Amino acid sequence: MMGDEIKKRINSLNFALLSPDEIRKMSAVKVTTADTYDEDGFPLDRGLMDLHMGVIEPGLRCKTCNGKVDECPGHFGHIELAMPVIHVGFVKEIKDILDATCNSCGRIKMKDEELEVYRPILEKTILNGEETLESTSIVNRIIDEAAQRTVCPHCGAEQYKITLDKPTTFRENGRKLSAKEIRERFERIPDKDLIFLGINPNSARPEWMILTVLPVPPVNVRPTITLETGERSEDDLTHKLVDIIRINQRLRDSKDSGAPQLIIEDLWELLQYHITTYFDNQTSGLPPARHRSGRPLKTLVQRLKGKEGRFRSNLSGKRVNFSARTVISPEPFLSINEVGVPEEAARELTVPIPVTPFNIEKLREIVRRGPNPKGEKYLPGANYVIKQNEKGMRQRILIMEKNAEEIANKLEPGWIVERQLMDGDVVLFNRQPSLHRMSMMAHRVRVMKHRTFRFNLAVCPPYNADFDGDEMNLHVLQSEEAKAEARILMAVQEHIRSPRFGGPIIGGVHDHITGMFMLTYMNPKFTKEETLHILSYVKYDKLPDPVIENGKEYYRGKDIFSLILPKDLNIEYKSKICDGTGCKECVFEKCPYDAYVMIKEGRLITGTIDEKSIGAFKGILLDKISRDYPPDVAAQFIDNFTRLAVGVISFRGFTTGIDDTDIPEETKIQVDLILNDAIEATKTYIDAYQRGILQPSPGKSPEETLEDNIMRVLSDAQKKAGEIASKHLGLENPSVIMARSGARASMLNLSQVAANIGQQAVRGRRINRGYLGRTLPHFRKGDLGAYAHGYVRSSYKKGLTPLEYFFHAMGGREGLVDTAVRTSRSGYMQRRLINALEDLKVTDNDGIVIDTTDNIIQFKYGEDGIDPTRSKGGKPVDFDSIFQKVLGERYLSAKRGGK
Amino acid sequence: MVSKMRKINVMEHELVPEHHLISEEEEKKLLQDLGTEKESLPKIKRNDPAIKMLERIYGPIRPGRVIKIIRKSPTSGKYIAYRVVTEE
Repeated sequence: MMGDEIKKRINSLNFALLSPDEIRKMSAVKVTTADTYDEDGFPLDRGLMDLHMGVIEPGLRCKTCNGKVDECPGHFGHIELAMPVIHVGFVKEIKDILDATCNSCGRIKMKDEELEVYRPILEKTILNGEETLESTSIVNRIIDEAAQRTVCPHCGAEQYKITLDKPTTFRENGRKLSAKEIRERFERIPDKDLIFLGINPNSARPEWMILTVLPVPPVNVRPTITLETGERSEDDLTHKLVDIIRINQRLRDSKDSGAPQLIIEDLWELLQYHITTYFDNQTSGLPPARHRSGRPLKTLVQRLKGKEGRFRSNLSGKRVNFSARTVISPEPFLSINEVGVPEEAARELTVPIPVTPFNIEKLREIVRRGPNPKGEKYLPGANYVIKQNEKGMRQRILIMEKNAEEIANKLEPGWIVERQLMDGDVVLFNRQPSLHRMSMMAHRVRVMKHRTFRFNLAVCPPYNADFDGDEMNLHVLQSEEAKAEARILMAVQEHIRSPRFGGPIIGGVHDHITGMFMLTYMNPKFTKEETLHILSYVKYDKLPDPVIENGKEYYRGKDIFSLILPKDLNIEYKSKICDGTGCKECVFEKCPYDAYVMIKEGRLITGTIDEKSIGAFKGILLDKISRDYPPDVAAQFIDNFTRLAVGVISFRGFTTGIDDTDIPEETKIQVDLILNDAIEATKTYIDAYQRGILQPSPGKSPEETLEDNIMRVLSDAQKKAGEIASKHLGLENPSVIMARSGARASMLNLSQVAANIGQQAVRGRRINRGYLGRTLPHFRKGDLGAYAHGYVRSSYKKGLTPLEYFFHAMGGREGLVDTAVRTSRSGYMQRRLINALEDLKVTDNDGIVIDTTDNIIQFKYGEDGIDPTRSKGGKPVDFDSIFQKVLGERYLSAKRGGK
Repeated sequence: MVSKMRKINVMEHELVPEHHLISEEEEKKLLQDLGTEKESLPKIKRNDPAIKMLERIYGPIRPGRVIKIIRKSPTSGKYIAYRVVTEE
């Protein structure tokens, strides 16, 4: 196989400074001309595009290695600087060394006996390139200590305070130190002292931090771009180098011609600026160098740093083959384990199949079809075959319509056929942002007509997907190991339960819940024809026993639902539609609202199936099945109830509209009365406050008390108005079915449409911003009334007044801003967490958490060693269900009897 | 200034978990059970206030000894961690 042969293994890396001699030695040319090409477009000799530094134009050859475009790796050049210049990357180190060493003799300003005690430890670490916490702290202590001394203990010279004017100007007692002077000082530091400064004398000298020679990167690193118009445009680095050479030349000329010191210093500083920005164009304290268009130049540091930099964009982020991306759309008749792939994508994506004596005939047929098989039905063809040629080299042969037959006949064991995707292939399916492991799951392929990826709606929650234009990615697994691993670990059915909260994350959404509600609520009757229609998409053994009324056979909704339940299931719980109000005492299975679910031996006896049974995140029934049965049974159950729900809802029909929220005239009057009373109540509070007789609640100021009271009165009124309106909205009403069953929206939403929207708030309080003492010029200054602070009395259906509309927009805006802020912040938090935890692992023995060097991070995973995926809402054992199983009726009656 | 501050026993604070010095035999058994070396255990500095309190009982504790820490845990009720004493 390719890539198996290891040519060389990296044992260690050594970081060092480049010395001027090394720079000259590795240089292929000394660059002196501040220009690139001549009039004919030919690289200038000793210019920045000199052919010694490599070639980027086809046809030319490198003057150093004689290679052509793809053969020459590029070679460095160099610029001899007229005056030394400080390297910005080392400013901190230069400062430290200046502080720690004597200005005249160059020794560290500490006595030898103070220093030498540290030599053994430092030599052991620094000379071996192993910086430890200890060695760095010793070095820092030495530097701090030496910087304090005002007299050199070696030569007795007086020492002065060194200050750093960011970014690159050093001053001693206010007098500017030139780079040249600093370099001279550094040259005086003896090798034997370097180790105490944290420098390995074998790989660096401090004076090399001051540049005298600048390496010029190969042209491959900064290629010229030729536009279609024939215009040439140079890389930002080249532009910067041009500046450097030009100033360098002027500096040299001025120096040679004996120009006044002032002019030389100006030019020197300019050279320092250009070289500093050549390294980092975002140095604080320096204006960034700009392109002619005004765009800041992208120089060396900018190439590496940040999200678009070399590391995060090109090295950590790799692009892959065998992947596809397109819009997603729903397909309820697919299993949760499947994904619909467009034919166009399937023809491009391939799986490598090794040819063996057992499959050769089958593969011949596939190859024979070529890359574009005709026919109504999708049949996989093949795009490439890979064979080993005489020299043992792998050869990829493109299959075309004309050579397909020929290649098919030549096929022999040992070749590899890159077969197009077909039903059953294992692929990974992913939606960004990939915030948890369920964002990338393995699906089985179903090749389909049309151009979107399709999947079962129950899988929307783990991907957090909807179909308003979302796109998703698909990756085809290539090796058998990968496929096996994905099937066992990453398959959708293995992720029905989430490790986040120990419950099902894959489950019914929206219409699934509505559908199941309509099937089971109050156990409706269906004729045989209707039953068969509803069940037409579902796998089941046989129809349930019908009930006979007036000589006609009927099937009950609960019996139909029972068909898809595992046969030995026992569970009971309260469903979502049980709101707990209006009942003095729970009568369990005799619930008049059909809100108590009881399942015995896989039969739904009483209760309504709604969000609390099958909903993603909340489904108790789903939770039970996914815990007690193998994943394929749970997957089968989800497949079945989604199909069943579609059967019911498409048979019954389901629609909603504004008239769902119609309430009788007299109810509207009742609502009005309640709201009037509330407004009056706020007025009394305000009056009391203004007269100073409002009794403040404990720990609050009168103002706060007033606010609290107003908010409370208004929200109570809203609740009451909502309740009265809701009385006229029964469970035959589609909007109410959705709200009560948990499919979508809430009763609050409905009451806001029908009765009253209520108080708008910004940052949890009534709206208090705008003008001095008032929210809008329509109110008097200091008006504390409800309407002046964002109270919306109207309902959505009635419509808002302009003022109400404005306050409502303010409240709505806060929500939008909140989500925008939250996503960016949590994204960064996620990134830091992932970077900190990415290579921790839980060992097989006792669940100890270790890092890559076997350090123990946690003695037991999660402190209890429990896999939260298999837990019951985070708790390791589901006592309730065990007691129920072991004690049966006795436990249930004890539990009902009050604990 | 410092002397004016009342000395408190950190071990009495609610948020400070129980610390115990374990014997060298126990150390050996622990490392065998965990299947690791002492170097891979988490560390605790010798000048940690908790170690100073332990030293009042046991006398000087040299680096390399292992401390057993019993914490309250939201998931398991009680969680036992070990730390090896290091130089300051």
